Amino acid sequence: MKNFSALLAGLIFGAGLMVSGMSNPAKVRGFLDLAGAWDPSLAFVMVGAIGVGLVAFAVAGRLRRTLLGAEMRLPRARQVDRRLVGGSVLFGVGWGIAGFCPGPALVALGMGEVKAVVFVAAMLVGMGVFELLERRKRAASLRAA
Amino acid sequence: MTIDWNAFTPWASLAGGALIGLAVGLFALLNGRVAGISGIVGGLLRPRKGDVAWRASFVAGLVGAPAVWLLVTALPKPQIDASWGALIIAGLLVGVGTRYGAGCTSGHGVCGLSRLSPRSLVATLAFMAAGFVTVFVLRHLLGV
Repeated sequence: MKNFSALLAGLIFGAGLMVSGMSNPAKVRGFLDLAGAWDPSLAFVMVGAIGVGLVAFAVAGRLRRTLLGAEMRLPRARQVDRRLVGGSVLFGVGWGIAGFCPGPALVALGMGEVKAVVFVAAMLVGMGVFELLERRKRAASLRAA
Repeated sequence: MTIDWNAFTPWASLAGGALIGLAVGLFALLNGRVAGISGIVGGLLRPRKGDVAWRASFVAGLVGAPAVWLLVTALPKPQIDASWGALIIAGLLVGVGTRYGAGCTSGHGVCGLSRLSPRSLVATLAFMAAGFVTVFVLRHLLGV
């Protein structure tokens, strides 16, 4: 059941990206181009998504268990640190270069766009590099302890 | 700043955004998790028992959405201007950055802001600012 609800959420999310125009990198870069001919659409996507999200998360925050009866696993991290800001800046630079963030890239991949396949492959390599560095860091801290 | 009125799609973007809100809302209520796409995909590279199928299902939904869309109408054609080399650099940066930053436009931008998380607000401001600066430098200083 939780796999079915995940599939459904992914489908609706993907449809939302296509309806909103965000599966098109040129449109995303049009939003990021404040000094050129600016396309404010992405801000409207955020307003629509957060408007609905606020209500849903307000309800979810009060639940002890999910509506399917499983454990709630909403994030609890609070700290603002160098990793958070540095990582987000790197992400923003990549986002600005290509106009792709992970969701729209996966949707464009599903459209059969070869350029999206290349972007997603590079993104997976980047995520893999993170995993390797994290594993090495954990191993080093275990040795030090 | 001039507004590109030809490209601007306020109603479609608002409606698409509401669908995205519905998706993350359903996911929070039914699966008890934030629908952060970089985290969902990244978790597949650290496979744990019982933790793979739901992630793969969500990704299958995203990737399969265009196929379902095609049953109803023609697909919107994405315009990808970046060169092959730029796409590879961008992909690497997005992959590493979203994992160190623990989120992307969906996890921090949509879910985090909906949860009123100060951490996600900082992350969102950081990647938005970096995106604005990057496009400014590329388009208006370097002219690419």
